[in-house]
Order: sequence, then structure tokens, then C-alpha cells
Amino acid sequence: MLKTEELQINIGPQHPSTHGVFRLMATVDGETVVHLEPVFGYLHRNHEQLGEIWTYLQTITITDRLDYFNSMINEHGYCMTVEKLAGIEVPERAEYIRVIMSELSRILNHAAALGFWLQDMGSWGTTLMFGFRQREMIMDIFESVGGSRMMCNYMRFGGAARDITPNIVEQIQLFLEGFPQFIDDFERLMMDNEILLARSRNVGVLPKELAASYSVSGPVIRASGIPYDIRKAEPYSIYDRFTFDIPVGTVGDVYDRFLVRMEEMRQSHRILQQALEQLPQASGSYINQAYKAASKQQGLRPPAGEAYCRVESPKGELGYYIVSNGGNTAYRYGIRAPSLINLTALNDMCRGYKVADIVVILGSIDIVMGEVDR
Amino acid sequence: MPLLNKGELRALLERELPGALDRAKPTNPYGAAEATHHLEVVDTASDTMGDTSPPPATSEAAAERQAEVVDKEEPSVPPLSDDDAVVRAERILDVALFLRDQFGYNFLSRVTPVDYPAYGIIEVVYHFYRIEGGPGQVVRVRVPRDNAVIPSITPIWPGANLEERVCYDLFGVHFPGHPYHKRIYMWDEFEGHPMRKDFEKIGDSYYHFKWKGEGGEE
Repeated sequence: MLKTEELQINIGPQHPSTHGVFRLMATVDGETVVHLEPVFGYLHRNHEQLGEIWTYLQTITITDRLDYFNSMINEHGYCMTVEKLAGIEVPERAEYIRVIMSELSRILNHAAALGFWLQDMGSWGTTLMFGFRQREMIMDIFESVGGSRMMCNYMRFGGAARDITPNIVEQIQLFLEGFPQFIDDFERLMMDNEILLARSRNVGVLPKELAASYSVSGPVIRASGIPYDIRKAEPYSIYDRFTFDIPVGTVGDVYDRFLVRMEEMRQSHRILQQALEQLPQASGSYINQAYKAASKQQGLRPPAGEAYCRVESPKGELGYYIVSNGGNTAYRYGIRAPSLINLTALNDMCRGYKVADIVVILGSIDIVMGEVDR
Repeated sequence: MPLLNKGELRALLERELPGALDRAKPTNPYGAAEATHHLEVVDTASDTMGDTSPPPATSEAAAERQAEVVDKEEPSVPPLSDDDAVVRAERILDVALFLRDQFGYNFLSRVTPVDYPAYGIIEVVYHFYRIEGGPGQVVRVRVPRDNAVIPSITPIWPGANLEERVCYDLFGVHFPGHPYHKRIYMWDEFEGHPMRKDFEKIGDSYYHFKWKGEGGEE
């Protein structure tokens, strides 16, 4: 093979397919990627320090801004950590509400992510709008419960801000009824898509052994064949009550990640059906009555100590580490951002593939810059 | 492979890896009553609190006063945790490999630095988990703030790569052996480490950044 001179090119920060302001320094040999160095920080606002300055209640609002596609799960993880720290019990009904909202967020995230991903490949518009139509329905539900579409600010310490009314339950049921039709259409639309097949199979392979040592999580590690899901590995909330499966891939390429996300949406649908069935029997209120008053929430002062909690966000393992000194602000508020850590493996996934594949591989990791740069 | 209970790792390390545990117990030089790095701020606050004159009219001064009051309410620093394994910085790689190879803790979840100016240390907390599931193990490393150096575990655990860069950028912990030991969020010319507790906060204002590199005007 003819040896050519290596060249360094910048992709980004302003590039429509990088899902935000994000730069990739790619060293290429002809069209082949030799080395890839991500450059971060264009959206950095020192989120962790804001969590040290603001009170515990105020911090819920900025966890929404971490990964703005699934604000509900961010809030869930954060509230769990503070509850562990302060020893607040969550009533059964509140747990059900939280699980319902979390699983709706997962469907929302995957539907949008797969639509965006196919758009990255050059299949403009149609699939994205298919995903977005379903996303709109979920956002309407979020608007009904929380008052806001994306930055829901719905969870509180000890439960949720408001109860879900029979009206909203009906709205969720309506969505669930239409879901199997949507997922079948969506899958057929994508699986038979020539663009997708040509550009995703055997691209961006991450072997099983590498995936674990790179600490990647979420659909990326599951596509590599490791059934690692916090909902099963260390069940939190009431996830041990539901029957659902963890889909895993066999090859670990971009196509597998797509299949895993598709199946995960179906499993979320299963969990949602079970949760809605069991919801009327759930005891307790939507929030711990002892912490219902606004003054209790605002003036929360957990005893000195520390807590680390992990939840399964659609991007991967989302963890919160909070150290309290007994005051009304956290002494240290740290986040394990799945999008950031999954990017560690990007260089190894892209090496040896063409420049045009970078965007496809990046899209298959499914990053959100709000979480990467914090 | 057996699952380790909480606190078991400490006894195990003592037996299997002699010399790995860090026995130094950082003490608070200010004592329990005044255990705060806001010592000077508290003093000025109490001075102004004694002042009976009406509050200054400018909003800036009012904000300053407000900030002082908030600082004054700040309670003491949290006590350092004792129940987990605290290891010496130079042995962290041995301990991490010991956990992985003997007990199957093969998933590094998080590397979190915590700044404790009152004790004069930065504590770096490593959370190890198993991919098969179950609770995790916590390993801590305590290094002095003015000489924060920990050998990088990135060559063995590539998952720590970006986390260690965040530690370096925001907390000023150095990781010799890291393959790309550079700032991650702040720009390369930035001075200081913004997440340290004593980093001067400028609040909601912008300041002009002058390029010091070659070819710059300044």
C-alpha cells in the first residue's frame, strides 16, 4: 500500500452532526482515521460548583440541564442520592410515579436518538420526524405532570411535586396503546433502510474485553455483549418488581447499538404496562407527607456524610456523589456523566475506519454535550 | 469470586498487601469549633454585624453583605470517613489490580476528588463495581493539597482517562503516567484550579482573557 503523509484535521466545534459544540481532532492517513482526540469544554459551566453554591432543592433544577433529553432520570438519581443521605423514605406510590416517568424518558430519548442518528447518516428528515412524533406525545405527558416539556423539575425529596391524576394515567395508557404500532413501523422503516445497513454493519466495533475496561455503560456496553444494566445489577427504586429483559448485542458494532436501543424501548413499554397495572394498589401518597411542605424541601439539611447512587440513564450509568457537611448546600456534588465516559472509547472505535464513519460512530454513542461538558 | 462486605477490604489489604494502607490520620489544625476555611470571612462578617450604621445603599455592597451572611452560616467541614480502605497514593495501582484480579471488581465507576482545605488534603475516591452486579467497593487516596500527586491508573484502567483529566483540570491533582495529561474543560493557558475551595470566585461577571502565546498581540 502506498504510504501517504498523515494530516490533522479539525471536525467541529461547529458541525451539525456533533450534537452540540464539540471538536474532534482527527489524524488521518488519506481517508482512514489514525487517531482521534476529542476536545471538550465549549459548554462547560462548572455544573458541579453550582451544586455546591445552590441549596439541595435548587440543584434539582440544574440536574435537568445535564442531559436535557431525559431530565426525569437525572432528577430521579439526584433525589435518590439526597434521600439516601438524609434518610428520607419514599412512599410506594411515589416510586411507581418515578418509574413511570423514568421509563417514558427512556423511550423519549431512544426515539429521538435513533432519529438523529439516521439523520447523521444522510437519511434526512423522515425517521427523525417518526421519532419526534412519539417524543411529542411523551412531552405532553411531562407537561401535564410537571408543567414543562423538557426541564420538568418534577421530582422532590421523598416523592414527586404533584400526583398523577386519572386524566394523566389515561393519557399514558393512550400512548402505550399506540406504541407497538409505532415501534414496528419505526423498526421496519430503519431496518430495511439501505443507507443504515450499508453504513452501520461492522463499523465502530468495540470488543467485549475493551468495553469493560473502558468503563463504558448503557447501550454501548450491552451492544458489546455484556448484560450490564443497573436496573438488574444493583436494583434501585422498585425495579426488582418488574419482569423485563436486558438486550445484548453479539458483534459490538454500530448496528448492534441500534438493535439494542430498539429492544430497550420495547422493554420499557413492558415495564410501563406493569407499572400502570400495579399503580392503583400502591400504598402511600405521591410524596412523603413529612417532607411535603415547601419549607421542608427548601430547608433540607442532611446530616454530615456522603452518598453515591447510580441509576440507569438511557446513555448509561449515571451516578451522583454528594458529600454533606450538615449545611443546606452540598459540600461536594460530583456527577458520573455516562456521555463523557463513553467517549473514552471513541478513539478505539474510530481507528481504522473512514472519516465519514466518525459521525456515525459518534451518533451511535448518543452523547449530549450538556452532560459531557457539565 | 467472593463478594467483599463493607469494611472487609481494609482488613484484607492489611494482610495481603502490607504497607498499602494509609495510616496517617489528617487532623483539623483549627480544631473542631473553627473548622472552616472561611475563617477570615467569618471575622469580617462579625465586624460588620457589630456595626449599627444603616446598610450601604449600593446594591453591590448589599450583595457583598448578603454573601458574608451566607458564608457565616456555613457549618464545619464534614468528618473524614474511616470505614473504607484508605491507601497510600503510590500503591493505588496495586490495590486496584488486587480488587480486579482477586475479587472481580472489574468496573471503575467514578474517580471523584474532594477538596478538604481544613485538613490540608485532597481526597480522591475510587468507586469499583462488578459487571455481574452487586454493591461496590470504595478506595480512597489522601494527598496533600500543595503536592497532590497520584500515579495514573489509566494505563491499566482506560476508563479513568477522562476522569483523571477532570481531576487535574478542576482540582489540580497530578497523575504521572497519564497518556494525555492536559486540561479538559478550561483552556490551556488558564491558571488555577477552579473547583478548589479557595479558588477566588468572581461571580456573574466576565473578564477579558489575554492570549499569552506566540503571535498574540499582548
